Amino acid sequence: MCTSCGCGHPDMLPAVPLRPGGLVHDPGSGLGPVRRIVLEQDILAKNAEFAAVNRHRFAAAGVLALNLVSAPGAGKTTLLARTVTALRDECPLAVLSGDPYTAQDAERIAATGVPVLQINTGKGCHLDAQGVGRALDRLPLPEGGILFIENVGNLVCPVDFDLGEDGMVLVLSVTEGEDKPLKYAPIFAAASVLLLNKVDLLAHVDFDLVRCLNDVRRVHADLPVLQLSARSGAGFATWLNWLRQRCAALRR
Amino acid sequence: MHEFSLCESILDSIAEQARRHGFQRVRRVVLDIGELANVELEALRFAFEITRCGTLAATAELTIIEQPGRAECPDCARSGAVHTHFDPCPHCGGHRWRLTGGHELRIRELEVE
Repeated sequence: MCTSCGCGHPDMLPAVPLRPGGLVHDPGSGLGPVRRIVLEQDILAKNAEFAAVNRHRFAAAGVLALNLVSAPGAGKTTLLARTVTALRDECPLAVLSGDPYTAQDAERIAATGVPVLQINTGKGCHLDAQGVGRALDRLPLPEGGILFIENVGNLVCPVDFDLGEDGMVLVLSVTEGEDKPLKYAPIFAAASVLLLNKVDLLAHVDFDLVRCLNDVRRVHADLPVLQLSARSGAGFATWLNWLRQRCAALRR
Repeated sequence: MHEFSLCESILDSIAEQARRHGFQRVRRVVLDIGELANVELEALRFAFEITRCGTLAATAELTIIEQPGRAECPDCARSGAVHTHFDPCPHCGGHRWRLTGGHELRIRELEVE
């Protein structure tokens, strides 16, 4: 019997150094010697590779690619429809729309006349770089313009999946409550701009605007915050200017 | 539940390593997960238990090493520990710090045979 681990294995394997400073007898399972493979590799390394390919495609086409994220019901699609309607005569646009099951979002964008492609994620709770890359094979990039990638409604999972985008546009609506910046801090930390939507409803909901903005500052001190309403159009001029400035910055 | 996606990525990496190194079984998977990483450790363990079935890691033990949050503050030019994304700088109370550690989502090593 093995005196090191008491396993009684008939085909005792040689002791294998597993950790510095000591020999540990490892009975293994008879498959062969136990080895240690040091990887030090990002879990999402594969996604990062696909994201790098997407990023290269966006850069080659001079496209500003924006990843729109929010909770379900924050008004991303209404916001997008109004945004592309306002900009469609100004610069080339396209929309990739992630939706678990339906084509409802894509249909609302298609009604504006802007090219749109639906990515059904099924049970997937986020888009990933490979899925976006596949979709790009079917949706021509709007050269010199803006590609909006509407992520699945979710304030947690999309954070970790780089799509190769130039920036993450986070939409928070006042009907969701002012506690979200601290509850979902990673996505507020990762965002490039925060659109505070449905401000036309501020008078009708218990939303502590000062506390919300203060908490946003605690998570991401210099995050630009634009207050707007995709329904009424309030604050939209500032948002459209933000987009124009990002486009111009890309060309410099 | 993107923890399932993370586990699928881990298992893809294991399959790739198996092709390269020719092992038949994974005994242990060691991960570095940052204190401020966007991951629920219990959900990650649960997802691993499920996704590993039928793979080379079907009986593998999952060891998670938590990496502490560290930040560098541009306002006071010092570094210190942070535990959430909304902690103030421990030296000057500012919030403009940049995370230098604690965001890891990394496969540290595999024990294979």
